[in-house]
Amino acid sequence: MDATAPKTQLGKNLFNDYGMVFVLLLLVVVLSALTLKEQSPEGEEAGRIVAERIIAEQGANVSVMVVAESTPVDEAFVRGAVAALETAGATIAGSVNGKPTDARVAIEKALAEGKTIDAVAATGDTVEWTIYDRFDGIGSDKCVSPVPYTWPTFAKLDNLLSVANQTAIYAIIAIGMTMVIITAGIDLSVGSLVALASVTAAIAIRDFGGGENASMAMMLAGCTAGIIVCGLAGLFNGAMITRFGIPPFIATLAMMMMAKGLSLRLAVGESISEVPDSFKWIGGGTTLGLPNPVILMIVLYAVAHFVMSSTIFGRYVYAVGGNAEAARLSGVAVKPVTLTVYTLCGALAGLGGIVQSSKLGTGDPKLGLMYELDVIAAVVVGGTSLMGGEGRIFGTLIGAFIIAVIKNGMNLMDVGSYDQQIVLGAVVLVAVLVDTIKRKGGRG
Amino acid sequence: MANKQPNVPLLQMSGIEKSFPGVRALSGVSLKLHKGEVLALMGENGAGKSTLIKTLGGAHQPDAGTICIDGQPVKLSSPTAAIQAGIGVIYQEFNLIPALTAWENIFLGREKSGVFVARKEERRKAAELFRSLGVDIPLDVPCRQLSVAQQQLVEIAKALSQDVNILVMDEPSAALVPQEVEKLFAIIRDLQKRGIGIVYISHRLDEIFEIANTITVLRDGKYVGDAPATEMTRQKMIEMMVGRSIENEFPKQATQRGDVRLSVDGLSRGTSARNVSFDVRRGEVLGLTGLMGAGRTETARLIFGADKLEAGTISLDGKTLNIRSPQDAIKAGICLLTEDRKTQGLVLCRSVRENFGLPNLKELSTAGIVNKPKEREAFGRYVDSLSIRIPFQEQLAKNLSGGNQQKVVLAKWLQQNAEVLIFDEPTRGIDVGAKHEIYQLINQLAANGKAIIMISSELPEVIGMSDRILVMHEGRVTGEITDMSSVTQEQIMELAIG
Repeated sequence: MDATAPKTQLGKNLFNDYGMVFVLLLLVVVLSALTLKEQSPEGEEAGRIVAERIIAEQGANVSVMVVAESTPVDEAFVRGAVAALETAGATIAGSVNGKPTDARVAIEKALAEGKTIDAVAATGDTVEWTIYDRFDGIGSDKCVSPVPYTWPTFAKLDNLLSVANQTAIYAIIAIGMTMVIITAGIDLSVGSLVALASVTAAIAIRDFGGGENASMAMMLAGCTAGIIVCGLAGLFNGAMITRFGIPPFIATLAMMMMAKGLSLRLAVGESISEVPDSFKWIGGGTTLGLPNPVILMIVLYAVAHFVMSSTIFGRYVYAVGGNAEAARLSGVAVKPVTLTVYTLCGALAGLGGIVQSSKLGTGDPKLGLMYELDVIAAVVVGGTSLMGGEGRIFGTLIGAFIIAVIKNGMNLMDVGSYDQQIVLGAVVLVAVLVDTIKRKGGRG
Repeated sequence: MANKQPNVPLLQMSGIEKSFPGVRALSGVSLKLHKGEVLALMGENGAGKSTLIKTLGGAHQPDAGTICIDGQPVKLSSPTAAIQAGIGVIYQEFNLIPALTAWENIFLGREKSGVFVARKEERRKAAELFRSLGVDIPLDVPCRQLSVAQQQLVEIAKALSQDVNILVMDEPSAALVPQEVEKLFAIIRDLQKRGIGIVYISHRLDEIFEIANTITVLRDGKYVGDAPATEMTRQKMIEMMVGRSIENEFPKQATQRGDVRLSVDGLSRGTSARNVSFDVRRGEVLGLTGLMGAGRTETARLIFGADKLEAGTISLDGKTLNIRSPQDAIKAGICLLTEDRKTQGLVLCRSVRENFGLPNLKELSTAGIVNKPKEREAFGRYVDSLSIRIPFQEQLAKNLSGGNQQKVVLAKWLQQNAEVLIFDEPTRGIDVGAKHEIYQLINQLAANGKAIIMISSELPEVIGMSDRILVMHEGRVTGEITDMSSVTQEQIMELAIG
């Protein structure tokens, strides 16, 4: 060993640990460049800015018509513009959320009432409408709209949040899958467990919790029941594997089929929508501006990282996967560790199912179809070795995001869904290839 | 052989260079092998022997230097190319498929017929090969059921079945008992007569003087020197390998033996252990020896709880223990250093620090959370005291040489501060320098009042390091030797044969 050994080794480790982060960042940069487009400011803030510009140009003594479409962001635009104009003391000649015809009617009405229209506060889209020129004294030159700017569609905050929101469920399930794969196992049942959790929770709420009028406590109890059932399914997987030595692939394949059938049977093949509104908050609500699933994901990843890197249990999981016999002969209780890992994986799949179910507002036995494949892909792209013993929790998070970002980018660029599958397959292959080459490159 | 050496060597390697990230494994190594010659390649672990033979086997490509066969430069770009060039390499790590039988492994990838394997033909040829080796290997059981030594013999048979001019053997005798080594030597001498050149690597110095014509010594990836075996002495060779002089190969120190610490009575499991009983005293090194499959390792595994006990009792300091798993044994203060470091001793894909921590995590953590600074500090102490050569604690266990790996395994058990230590082949595949350090450590542990069982097939080691010797045969204890002043290898062998 010469003196340079630690340095190069450290550099190598740095690449191993953060290589995938670089890939993700590169993807973000490339997609941003590819989706660069002229954007119009939107929402409340844009409305306020437009109002301020009108005041600045024509003074506070103006009569303004606010025109926007009927989307939530445009409603916010109108709110913002009206509020700012009223604060400044201007007159609101009228406000519209709708189509060009709605705007024409509103303008006609205002003029018929004898109001004057000194300016039209319009959004980037409504300013393009041609109706203004039909009226004398208005014309499109009186329209004031937000100044457009150039920004990648991909990097817009709401797009990024929606990517994160969609990734969250896969990422949450992938935590358990990462642990399972680190023990040199696999869990094919997670997709079916998503459906099982969804159905179990919805039925529990409908039949025992009071359905649509269920209290918060009953709703949470129902969700917990769904997670517990999936945890038990995971425990069953683990028992088959440790007690009878059934290969994980087979044991969990069987569970995948059984859980799928069970959820369809429980739900009689239909979705269950007798759930309270509070149920929908879990997956559909936001906290501090972030979608709840994203927050849940962040918290779970922080906990899982800590468990895997700093606790005895985490150490044992790696040791069991790296060399179960050496672990056993070092005093590690191999079977209980394996059992725990499969149970956790089942419970996390259940949690993913609850979140997905809550997003949709129903319990659906058809949820989670093929999720296991996306989840395994995320783990593998994240650098966890299927041979066991190696892998990182945060690698999986990066892997899940790499897949989600590629999917999103392809959607934004109008790549067809068939082509998307081809690309995603290739991505998984390349990730494993890079990992394999990296492994062979090392000594021994 | 020296009488009819042709001018052109069979194999000539010159100026071989090979670097790995951060490590210069070989720098300017040269080697010459003639027809019918046995060349012993000597050096400590990490000296570059393994890298050199991997270069010969086509597993590594040298960064610089030339390899000539019969004077013609060759490029060994793959293991297949090496075999085609007439070079067969038997690596120390087995390359057998555990699920296939011996004969299937021997002919793997070289099956004769088109679609169907010529089973009878292959099986017959394999049987012939084993007969010519004078060994008895069950032909129709999967290799995973064969013992380490039997698997090694399959490896040798496999290499012999390929028509090679040059045969490289990396520690072929490591898993063999003296009788089998003699058989191996007979085979090697036979191959010599056929004009095959042999590169032989072994840490057993006695063997080298018995079989080698020429000795080439490497140290730290560099060529140190070579000499005909007749002109080399044991002392001189050790000095060349280690780079300093070692006074006494077996530095046994007399210790004060105290009360009985470990006592086993009537241990039984199938045919591998039948009614095994013995005691080990405080400060005593009990040598446990016998032929391959005599039940030594099996006995150790029973004491350690690695296998299920069918009958018998184990007691420590007079208290009967109920050991059902390695966890129970460790808790009671019994440790086992397994014979196979790579498959049983270490989690190769994890760092040495984590390997060290594995049995010690409970003591190194609070409320289930590992105290990493404490772990690093504890391991650091052993890195210093055992002089483990690692660039840093996060180094993966698989990147270490055999001696350093063994020291990591030692460190993890020393941290346990166990009362009974069972060493199963503690010096197998380990170089002279590290061997010496392990012997001194065993002395020190005995001096501290530990009870030690040392399982070994190397009779000089057993005789040199034990206070008392127990010999096993077919699962039974067949003899005990207490008078260490007059014991001979023949005496032990007689008991070992049964």
